Amino acid sequence: MAIDKSMNVLIVDDYKTMLRIIRNLLKQIDFNNVEEASDGAEALGKLRTGNFGLVISDWNMAPMTGLELLQEVRQDTRLKSLPFIMITAESKTENVVAAKQAGVSNYIVKPFNAETLKEKIEKVLAHA
Amino acid sequence: MLDPAEFPRRMEELRKLYPQGDPDLVGEIVRAVLTTMRGDLSANEASLMAEIEELARTVANARAEIAAIGADEITESHIPSATDELDAIVAHTATATDSILECCEAIDTVTARLTPEDAQTMQGVVTRIYEACSFQDITGQRITKIVGTLKTIEAKMAHIMEVFQPSAGAPGATPKPVERREASVDDPASLLNGPQLAAAAMDQSDIDALLASFD
Repeated sequence: MAIDKSMNVLIVDDYKTMLRIIRNLLKQIDFNNVEEASDGAEALGKLRTGNFGLVISDWNMAPMTGLELLQEVRQDTRLKSLPFIMITAESKTENVVAAKQAGVSNYIVKPFNAETLKEKIEKVLAHA
Repeated sequence: MLDPAEFPRRMEELRKLYPQGDPDLVGEIVRAVLTTMRGDLSANEASLMAEIEELARTVANARAEIAAIGADEITESHIPSATDELDAIVAHTATATDSILECCEAIDTVTARLTPEDAQTMQGVVTRIYEACSFQDITGQRITKIVGTLKTIEAKMAHIMEVFQPSAGAPGATPKPVERREASVDDPASLLNGPQLAAAAMDQSDIDALLASFD
């Protein structure tokens, strides 16, 4: 199934540099409609008022973490099926298990490469 | 004669009454009492006195050692200076990374004017630069962890110094043991570990395998 690359993608990270890197990498694989949020709370507000096809979120942010954002998304009637990829430096088993139990679609550990990002996005959207 | 079992309580009362009391002075008094009364004390009482004298000497030695290592200087100067330096490293690397990204974005805009083959080569190079720039996020998180550790050491040092002040000895002066929190989904903060060192970290293939085990 062809992936609709015109969809809106929300990227969430408290490091502006990281947002910029992910945005540029997404642009290279033809995802040009990208919005940014600097923490889970801001992201949740944008998700509830906007129309997004994919969320790519960091974990360690304040006041709302990526895991809390994921939990909120999965409890929201309209957003619960939204593809959600976690990109984080948290690489302990307990983190991956917690994210999976909360309903993460895929999990990328930092530092990551463009190929991994592309592969995970395609995999997640193919199953969406 | 004072019941030996009562002695710690009486010492506590004396500390409260005379918070500026010097443990060395207590030791001297004990020595004087032992010298003049040893013949009137039972073996148990003499042993208790000796223990108290030894305690007083230990406290005095600990205070002297803390003074010798310049604990005040460590908490008031060295640690704050180190954390400031680390914060500056994060700020400088962020600025440098932003400059690199700006250059990459400029290259991206001219790539479209190149031949398809050259454009592809150039895009590959720029992609590798973007990937490499994510170091700033990882180093920033690692440095934040180090700053947190330094602040913990600073707080512990301050507490030790407080305990060994002349007025120390009041109930509750014992340092609290470090609280260890088990990681739990119910306590999101307990799951935040930050970047792992390579030897302790799972790589992407480990994570893929773990996720697949849920399917």
